[in-house]
Amino acid sequence: MERTPKIVIEHLNFTYDDGTESLLDVSSTIYANEITVIFGPAGGGKSTLLRVINRLNDLAAGKSMTGRVLLDGQDIYAKEVDVTALRRKVGIVFAQPQPLPLSLRANIEYGPRLAGVRDKQKLDQLVEQSLTQAALWDEVKDRLNDSGYALSGGQQQRLCLARVLALEPEVILMDEPMSGLDPLSTAKIEDSMQQLKQLYTIVIAPHNIQQAARVADNAAFFLQGRLIEEGTGKQLFTKPKDKRTEDYIMGRFG
Amino acid sequence: MNASITEHKRTSLAEFAAERLIRGSGIMAIVFVFLIFAFLLREGLPAFTEVPLDNLFSARWYPIEEYYGILPLIFGSLVVTIGAAIIAMPIGLLTAIFIAEIAPRWLREILKPLIEVVAGIPSVVLGFFGVVILSSLVRETLNLPTGLTAFTGSVILAYMALPTIVSVAEDALDAVPRSYRDAALALGATKWQTIWMVTVKAGKSGILTAMMLGIGRAIGETMAVLMVTGNAARVALEPGALFMPVRTMTATIAAEMGEVAQGSAHFHVLFAIGIVLFVITFLVNLVASFAIFRQSKRSARLLS
Repeated sequence: MERTPKIVIEHLNFTYDDGTESLLDVSSTIYANEITVIFGPAGGGKSTLLRVINRLNDLAAGKSMTGRVLLDGQDIYAKEVDVTALRRKVGIVFAQPQPLPLSLRANIEYGPRLAGVRDKQKLDQLVEQSLTQAALWDEVKDRLNDSGYALSGGQQQRLCLARVLALEPEVILMDEPMSGLDPLSTAKIEDSMQQLKQLYTIVIAPHNIQQAARVADNAAFFLQGRLIEEGTGKQLFTKPKDKRTEDYIMGRFG
Repeated sequence: MNASITEHKRTSLAEFAAERLIRGSGIMAIVFVFLIFAFLLREGLPAFTEVPLDNLFSARWYPIEEYYGILPLIFGSLVVTIGAAIIAMPIGLLTAIFIAEIAPRWLREILKPLIEVVAGIPSVVLGFFGVVILSSLVRETLNLPTGLTAFTGSVILAYMALPTIVSVAEDALDAVPRSYRDAALALGATKWQTIWMVTVKAGKSGILTAMMLGIGRAIGETMAVLMVTGNAARVALEPGALFMPVRTMTATIAAEMGEVAQGSAHFHVLFAIGIVLFVITFLVNLVASFAIFRQSKRSARLLS
């Protein structure tokens, strides 16, 4: 199958205002309709990379960045880019599920409404479709007007995934999305990811190596801000080329 | 071995004394509040028997001829306080939003302490400012016979309530977790949409506390109000009442207490006004803490 490059990262350096260098000369390509796994020990720059891709780091004051990030060939840090439109195209799911202080339904309608969707039917259809994709519909369909906080942690995380899906994005970034979840919820989300990749490009930073190995089409190993090695999931998790990758996978550090 | 045992004994004695001292101070504070309230009741309640109720709740306050109608005073306090709230609440909230969410860090570092300094300006100074500058400004720009009006009082009171509202509301906004903002921004909300629909909403109970504390400060304020509101005890229900002189409960007590014969009906009525003021303030606080309590219980339930 022909692989289409979706996101191209060129010589990306990122430094926070306290001087910590979070990313050092990272170049990589993320392909459409695949699950790309970014893994490595804490502090390796995984979260920073994800936040750079949908420009959430614009808010962190005092940081400096060099290099380019291209989405479909377009530099996302170019002047003419509308940040809110970019964030609708590139959704993110955080480690801690963070429902907005609104009802379940309103949580999901929030993004589409901001994007200008007002048609009640379209909104209802988005709510059902995105909750179904996030494997949550059956559990909540009778209580869509309850607060988002009324759900369990696992359900909240699926709600947050559904909220992103309702934006009908092109890319979904997931930052340790399963770190607080029980195995059942994790399995449900991993299952739906396999469906979702038909429609979307998924970049995920899993919180453990087993999960990384389970879901990866492609994988990239980050250590202290550097991209050490990348390849197909199969190759990287069974026959890593770099000694450090192998040590990490074998559990010799991290 | 022995030495260490006696040493331990000595510290536990100090421990005992310290605990008693702290406990005593706590009880003392409660006792004082009750004593004040009891005193207020003892001096104020006779008014309700000495003065016929239809006189007490009439619209005429003229103690020299034994007209003790407190309605104009309640009216005066309400007009001035509500006016102050209408001015101070939106400005205070927007200022808090600016400081917490929009201002760059260096500006925030300057603004926060500056606003707390404003809170420390003695009210008599603000009253002086109101009499000398604000009242003539009000008189000339609005073409009124006098600048000493309810509106002037409201503006001064709003100014006094602002620091409280701003600093408490700013703390509330600052306490909203970063992840709320990230979540909204990640869904394509603009900065303003995030502030208005997520940050302010999540900080609602703290903002409400800020408003109530601000109003509490305004309703109890005496000196500045005494100086700038003109002190005419009348119920003016026509439109434009805001731009006429009024007299508040606090100003009445402050102005007349020094000259009244102790134990007279007038004296007791002044304390009765104190009871009314106490009840109103108590109700405002009760409503506020009820609202906050309900809010926190709901979020505690939802977060569990």
